[in-house]
Amino acid sequence: MGDVVEREADREVREMPDDNHGSVIVASGLTKKYGDFTAVDGLDLEIQRGEIFGLLGPNGAGKTTTILMLLGLTEPTEGTVRVAGYDSVRDPLSVKSIVGYLPDNVGFYPNMTGRQNLRYTASLNRIPRKVAEERIEALLADVGLNEAADKRAGKYSRGMRQRLAVADALIKHPTVLILDEPTIGIDPEGVREMLSMLARLRDEEGMTILLSSHLLHQVQEVCDRVGIFVGGHLIAAGPVPELERQLAESGDLEYEVTAVASDGRQVDGATLEKLADSLKSVDGVQDVTSERGTLSVRSRRDVRAEVAKAVVALDLLPVHLRQRGLSLDDIYERYFHEGAEADHASA
Amino acid sequence: MPQPNGTVAVAEGGGGVSPNAGRVSKPRGRFFPVGIGPVARKELADHLSGLRFGILLVLIGVTCLAAVYAASSSIREAVSQAQTFEFAFLNLFTSSGENLPSFVSFITFLAPLLGIALGFDALNSERSQGTLSRLVSQPIHRDAVLQGKFVAGLGVVGLALTALVVIVAGLGIVLLGTTPSLEEVGRLVAFIIVTAIYVGFWLALAQLFSVLFKQAATSALASIAVWLFFAIFASLIVGLVVDAVAPAGEGATNAEVIRHEELSDDLNRISPSTLYDEATTALLNPSVRSLGVLVYEQIDRAVVGPLSFGQSLVLVWPQIISLIGCVLLFFTVAYILFMREEIRA
Repeated sequence: MGDVVEREADREVREMPDDNHGSVIVASGLTKKYGDFTAVDGLDLEIQRGEIFGLLGPNGAGKTTTILMLLGLTEPTEGTVRVAGYDSVRDPLSVKSIVGYLPDNVGFYPNMTGRQNLRYTASLNRIPRKVAEERIEALLADVGLNEAADKRAGKYSRGMRQRLAVADALIKHPTVLILDEPTIGIDPEGVREMLSMLARLRDEEGMTILLSSHLLHQVQEVCDRVGIFVGGHLIAAGPVPELERQLAESGDLEYEVTAVASDGRQVDGATLEKLADSLKSVDGVQDVTSERGTLSVRSRRDVRAEVAKAVVALDLLPVHLRQRGLSLDDIYERYFHEGAEADHASA
Repeated sequence: MPQPNGTVAVAEGGGGVSPNAGRVSKPRGRFFPVGIGPVARKELADHLSGLRFGILLVLIGVTCLAAVYAASSSIREAVSQAQTFEFAFLNLFTSSGENLPSFVSFITFLAPLLGIALGFDALNSERSQGTLSRLVSQPIHRDAVLQGKFVAGLGVVGLALTALVVIVAGLGIVLLGTTPSLEEVGRLVAFIIVTAIYVGFWLALAQLFSVLFKQAATSALASIAVWLFFAIFASLIVGLVVDAVAPAGEGATNAEVIRHEELSDDLNRISPSTLYDEATTALLNPSVRSLGVLVYEQIDRAVVGPLSFGQSLVLVWPQIISLIGCVLLFFTVAYILFMREEIRA
C-alpha cells in the first residue's frame, strides 16, 4: 500500500471502531493472487473478541499471506479486512498500533541487548520512556528473560529469541495479538509455557489472539476455535469438538459390528458373507470388510440403525456395534489429505 | 458513543498512553513520515558505536591529515617567497604536497566509500536478520525506515566531516600561523555541506541497491562497481566518445576546439564525481572564475581578482542542484521499490 494512502488516512476524522457483534477481525472475500497463483482464495473469517483462534494448515497454505493482509503489510487482490473496525488497507497505521505481531522467523538486532531491542520497539510505538521502562521490566519477567535481558540478542538461543519476540509484540499493549508459527523451534516445555501465557492474556486481559501453526496437537488445547486452511481455502472452522462432529457428519465413518446367532453361537462364514452383502446394499455404505468374525463398515453417514436392522433381519443378534474413534490428528490429516487432493485436482 | 461491552475501542490498560486514535495521528506525521525520529536515532547510535564507521573514520582521518601536513610545508615555502598570500588557509585543503595529493582529492576519492559503507546493507541486513518484518509491523510509515536511515547516515557524515575540517583548521592555525578569515570559514562550511550532499549521493545509491539486492555482499559490490566506473572509467569513455563525435585534432578551427571541450565538459558532468570536483574547486579557490571554456575575448580586460563567496556559490549552484537531484532520484526509486515490496520472513 502506498504511503500516500497512509497519510491520507491520518487526516481523516477517525470513525469509532464499530462493534460488529464482538468480532475483532472480520475478513470477507479476502483474496491474494501472485500472478496466476492464488495464495488465499475468498477467505471469510470472523474472530471474536477475547478468543484464541488457531489458523492451522500445512506449509504454503496461505497462512502467512493471510496474516500479512490482516496487518496491512500486503494489499489483498480482492476483498476487505477490518481489524477492530479499522480497514487494514486504508488505515494500516491504526491497525498496527493495536495489533502485536510475532512474525515467522523473527529476528533482533544482534548488537543490541534484549532490553535495547524492546526499547526500540517501544520508541517506534511512541510509548513514553518511563512507561516503556516499566513495561519492559514487567514483560521480561513475564517471558522469563530477566537474567538475559542485558545480553546481546545475537547470543540468544532460538527459544530465547522467540520469548523476546512475545515480549516485543506485547510492548504496545495490543488489543489483538497475531502470532505466526509461535511454537516453531522451541522445546516442549517452552511451548507449554508460551501457550499458557497466551491463555492468561486471553483470560486476564481479554486479548484477541490469532495464531498460525502447522502443528495441531500442539495448539489445539489453547485454541477456542480453529480454522483449517489448505491451499488458500478455509475448509473448516470452529471449536475442535464441533469440527469432530462435522467430520462425523460429512466424512467417511467406520463401524465395527459383531453378531452372534440367535442361539448365542458364533456366526459361520457363509452367514457372515450374507450379512456383509446386505450391509453393502445399505445407502451410504462404501465398503465392508471382515476380520475374525467382526465386520468393519465404512460409510459416508451414520448407518448404525441400518446395520442393526440388517443384522436382525438375518435372524442374528448384534452384540457389538461401535463407531471407531477419530483422534484429532486423524481429522487433521484427513482435512489436509482432502486439501492436497483438491490441490491436485485443480492443478 | 457508548459501547456496552467496550469492544476493542481502547487498548487494554494503556498505562498512561491515550487510546489508539490519539496514538497514531500525530501532527508531525503530516510532513515527515511517522517514526522517522526513532529510526534515525537508533541508526545514528549504531553507526557511532559500530566498528565499520570507526575504521572508515581512521582511514579518512589519517590520509587527510597527512595530506594537510604535506600541503602546509609547501604553503609555508610559497608564503615565505611571496609577500602576500591570499586565502592561505583554503590552500591548506586544495594544494598538494610533494608526494601526496591534496585533502580535497582524498575526500573526493574516499567520500563515495563512506557513503557506500554506511548504506549498502541498510535494508537487506534488516531483512536477513528478520528484523524488517518486525519493524514494518510497528505503527510507522514505511518510508520512515528509509528516510530515518538516510538522515542518520548523513548526520554521521556531517559530524565526521565537520570534525575533520575543524581538526585540519586547528592544525592549520598551528602550522601556518594565521587564522581563517570569515569568508574562508563560510567557504569551508559550504564545502562541508557540498561534501555531505556528495556522500548523500552514494548513500542513496547504496541504499537503493540494498533494497534491490537481497544479499548485502551483492549490493556492496554493485555500489563499488558504480564508484569505480565513475572514478576511473567514465572519463576515459567520455574522452573516446568526444574524440569520435567532435574531433579537434591539429589544425582544428576555434569553433571545433570549443565544441570539443564543451561536449567533453557536458558528458563528464554526468558523473557525480565531476560535479563534486567542480563544486569544491570553485568553492575553495576564489580565483576560479568559470568552470567551462573561456575564450580569450571573455577575459580580456577583466579585473583579475578573486570572486566573492556569493559569486562562487552562484558559479557552482547548478552542480549542487544536480547532485541533490540525483540523491532525490535514487531516493524515489528506492522508495517506490520498498513500498511495493511484500515483506515476509
